[in-house]
Amino acid sequence: MSGTTTSSGGEYQLPREHYLNASYGIRSWLLTTDHKRIALLYLAAVTFFFFVGGIFATLIRIHLLTPNGLLVTPETYNKLFTMHGVAMVFFFLIPSIPAILGNFLIPIMIGAKDLAFPKINLLSWYVYIIGGCFVLYSFGTGGLDTGWTFYTPLSSVYSNSAVTPAVIGIFINGFSSILTGLNFVVTVHTMRAPGMTWFRLPLFVWSHYATSLIMILGTPVIAITVLLAGLERIFHFGFFNPAYGGDPILFQHLFWFYSHPAVYIMILPAMGVVSEIIPTFVRKPIFGYSFVAASSIGIAVIGFLVWAHHMFVTGEATYAAIAFSFLSYLVAIPSAVKVFNWTATLYKGSISYDTPMLYALGFIGLFTIGGLTGLFLACLGLDIHLHDTYFVIAHFHYIMVGGAVMGYVGGLHFWWPKITGRLYPEFLARAAAIILFIGFNLTFFPQFILGGLGMPRRYHNYPPEFQVLNVMSTAGASILALGYLLPMLYLTWSMRYGKIAGPNPWPATGLEWKTDSPPLTENFRETPEVDWEPYDFVHRPDLGLTGSKPKLPGKLSPAHGDD
Amino acid sequence: MHRTGELYGQYKTLEQQKETATLGMWVFLVTEILFFGGMFLTYAINRHEYPTAFGVGGNMLDLNLGFANTVVLIASSFTMAMSVWSAQTSNKKLVPIFLIFTLILGIVFLGVKVVEYKQKFDHHLIPGHGFDITYCSKQPAAVCGISEEDHAKEITEIKEGIEADGGLVALNAHAQLYFSLYFGMTGLHALHMIVGAGLLVWLILESRKGRFDANYNTPVENIGLYWHFVDIVWIFLFPLLYLINRHLA
Amino acid sequence: MQSQLPLYPESASNFSSQVDGLMLFMVAVCLFFGALICVAVVYFFFRYRRKTADEIGAPIHGDLRLEITWIVLPFFLLMAMFGWGAVIYVDYRHAPPDTLDVYVIGKQWMWKLQQPNGRREINELHVPVDRNVRLILASEDVIHDFSVPAFRVKMDVMPGHYNSMWFKPTKTGRYHFFCSQYCGTSHAIMGGWVTVMEQDEYAAWLAGSTNSGDPVAEGAKLYNDLACNTCHLPDGKGRGPSYNGVYGSKVKLADGSAVLADDAYIRESILQPNAKIVAGFQPVMPSFQGLVTEDQIIALTAYIKAQKDQPVPGKPAAGEPATGKK
Repeated sequence: MSGTTTSSGGEYQLPREHYLNASYGIRSWLLTTDHKRIALLYLAAVTFFFFVGGIFATLIRIHLLTPNGLLVTPETYNKLFTMHGVAMVFFFLIPSIPAILGNFLIPIMIGAKDLAFPKINLLSWYVYIIGGCFVLYSFGTGGLDTGWTFYTPLSSVYSNSAVTPAVIGIFINGFSSILTGLNFVVTVHTMRAPGMTWFRLPLFVWSHYATSLIMILGTPVIAITVLLAGLERIFHFGFFNPAYGGDPILFQHLFWFYSHPAVYIMILPAMGVVSEIIPTFVRKPIFGYSFVAASSIGIAVIGFLVWAHHMFVTGEATYAAIAFSFLSYLVAIPSAVKVFNWTATLYKGSISYDTPMLYALGFIGLFTIGGLTGLFLACLGLDIHLHDTYFVIAHFHYIMVGGAVMGYVGGLHFWWPKITGRLYPEFLARAAAIILFIGFNLTFFPQFILGGLGMPRRYHNYPPEFQVLNVMSTAGASILALGYLLPMLYLTWSMRYGKIAGPNPWPATGLEWKTDSPPLTENFRETPEVDWEPYDFVHRPDLGLTGSKPKLPGKLSPAHGDD
Repeated sequence: MHRTGELYGQYKTLEQQKETATLGMWVFLVTEILFFGGMFLTYAINRHEYPTAFGVGGNMLDLNLGFANTVVLIASSFTMAMSVWSAQTSNKKLVPIFLIFTLILGIVFLGVKVVEYKQKFDHHLIPGHGFDITYCSKQPAAVCGISEEDHAKEITEIKEGIEADGGLVALNAHAQLYFSLYFGMTGLHALHMIVGAGLLVWLILESRKGRFDANYNTPVENIGLYWHFVDIVWIFLFPLLYLINRHLA
Repeated sequence: MQSQLPLYPESASNFSSQVDGLMLFMVAVCLFFGALICVAVVYFFFRYRRKTADEIGAPIHGDLRLEITWIVLPFFLLMAMFGWGAVIYVDYRHAPPDTLDVYVIGKQWMWKLQQPNGRREINELHVPVDRNVRLILASEDVIHDFSVPAFRVKMDVMPGHYNSMWFKPTKTGRYHFFCSQYCGTSHAIMGGWVTVMEQDEYAAWLAGSTNSGDPVAEGAKLYNDLACNTCHLPDGKGRGPSYNGVYGSKVKLADGSAVLADDAYIRESILQPNAKIVAGFQPVMPSFQGLVTEDQIIALTAYIKAQKDQPVPGKPAAGEPATGKK
């Protein structure tokens, strides 16, 4: 149905008309309501914040080469890790996959021309930019030294840094997230093409639906919380200040009520990406579709009930701690279900070693480590020892960087041909994926040991016995940095010089691969109708894989029917 | 909100467009509930912690103005509902008339709120360095513009409050928490009223063109939903802030 | 001597072995599952690599028995981890009755510690081996956290109320303690050393105290200076209750409930006198919030503690309403 502009000899050409050349000029970008162009606006802005956060991270790692700190004063060091956290969490990780890949793909995947509210979509980007400007203003004028967690009364009374513009920026940015989530939920409910039933939705859409629920229900709470902290700082209201009768623990409850689910805002979309990549490069349906889909919703729901596991050492009530530990263990189950199902999908597949697949497998490994170490922190008896040490740092970097960022970069490669119409250089891309995987483990695995030894987080210097592990970590970080720079360079290069991809280079089964690469502004020439099940390669002659026979009939059986 | 009854590019049918807009508004209201929820939780915890100071603070609000405002807001919800009804029954002339009534009532509410805020300012009840819960009890009744009877009641109450809360410093700090929450919550509510008033002005201009009828009235309906939501928030704020522990004569 | 590349922390308290046992169990379970996934992924990756360009995989859609297995089996393992962890946590949170109490005050960016006899230390803590030690923690400004990795203990130090933690050192030596909750500029240097000594050495060290006065005497002086003595008469006949024999006892409150008179109770009674009214008294005491420092509260508490053995002449007979207050 997509008027493919292919030539006969197997060489593809770019379609004559697509969303990138539909109009030109700065206004056509800044005033666009096309979800695909807005996704690219996000791509630019989010990449910028990734750079900013990355530079801070580099400085942190260099500083920690020696026990007494190599580079900066304690004040500066505290600002570096705070600004690293704020930039990465609020302005890179949370918007990365939803606002870029989600924005670009969800309407195409469900066969819609656009999101339900295109103008609100553009508004979210502007809100994000305005929030970002406030935060950059805070970084530029005195910086921020409260830790990204903004614990009171340090942030509301004692800190001398530019806290107020930063909390205003985060408050504003929250609305960007809320509006994006709102847009996705409504779109999935009302904009699906004929035949696109709920259980034919790509798992990417399911995971974004779950993510959007968290954005809608959690983000307003963080918005009001930082607003209260800001008011407290400006007007000395005293909600969270014991000197005025307030309670600093209340701030922590409200903060983590959002900020723990926020981790799922980061990881769920990456899980969605992996759930798309694996069936494509294994060329078989995902194992247990409904379990993978339901586990996304399960994570979103249970994720709201675990927040106080961040507060096991605040002196909270013993029974409360026990309840929250129990619930935290429950949330591990849907995550484990996903990992098992992805692994089972590989069984009797036809596995290719394309770059997105390498990222997806890297994701499984790193997310498994991140998830399993989370069990240590959910454990009441161990958390007391491990809380606020480098073990926590390593754990959440395995989830957020090993998980979310691997998913993001993998997804970017997977859909790069759709976004730009061109392929990236395969050899460089595979090399970068392997470099990233190695660099990541070298950077963060030693931090588990440091944490077990008791090295507290947010330390600008440390006892000398911790030095060897810190040096290893910094060495790994330099490899990691190379692993990030490579894709930035060759992806940029490929936008102009990459090989023309054609509509479905892998080939994959989703609706987004049935339209041109890059797609038209309205995505499809005519509204598509869906009459196939998700990830079905057998009944899809249009994929051009008809010559081959499936290795097994439709059931898992002990038959050795492969080859 | 879309300006006309015509079909927008991303939709296939008018029904889909309407369903989408309505669902969007409901989801938005859910986020609003959580937004206010954070403040209500802060209020609940502090009220539980400092019942005395919150009682003293609550008694310093002007019950008559608060009650009047409640009536005004309920009336405005009624006129809003009437304008939705008018649109649904294609009474095109009535739509703007009811909307104008709604707008006027909304402005009256905000006006009364300004009077109340001014009063609190005069009584040194704005949180900050000048905050003094005893200000009025130390002046002659006339200075604060309250009756001798109320003044006497306030003096006893503050005296009792100081004893119960463990001193003037404590009472003052905790009462300041009450007023912080009072201004935070009513301020956020008033901000929503102002946004609502802006939406009403736009809606009045559009409805005068006769745009809304039985076939197309989504904007009236959705802005109506928003207006009712803001009204309901006040229905919670009024008893929480004005009525609990009220010492009625 | 410290190794250049230590891989696990020293163990020097009663909690170390408990925590390490659980840690070992968790590491074993997690290694097993981690290895299972990795081996499966790597094996499949090579075993089922694509052989021809248009090949497709077997159309397997799932298997309910497998799904149920990998939901139920991990659930039981997770519950084992949860249960074991919870048991240890309860132990962490319930100090035995016979503790040696050390007061710890955190402020930006130093620790002030005070031994039971009033000997004070800065960023140093001396404790005897094989004795139950309880730390009573208070903060003068922001949230801090007292953490001793070798003991596997950690507790936040909150402004506005006491937290406490306990441990029993099992090995003499010197161990790091850290501030573990980020507290501002010099967070990283807000730490010091715990010295675990033989019990007789500790006693000698304590006796050799030169640098500070007796907290009971200091408390007694404050008691007069702050005019506590005008209401809290020793015979219980004043406007407030007597403190004689109060510490460690159950105090009956006006609302009919009872409360254990511990450090936290005494601190609260000084700062928020009307939070808990002793049965038979009126809520007339002013708050001392902002008028006394954390150090002074500790001195007053020490003084009140010291009045344990004195008789309480003013104690009303059973059933008769008391006249006095706290």
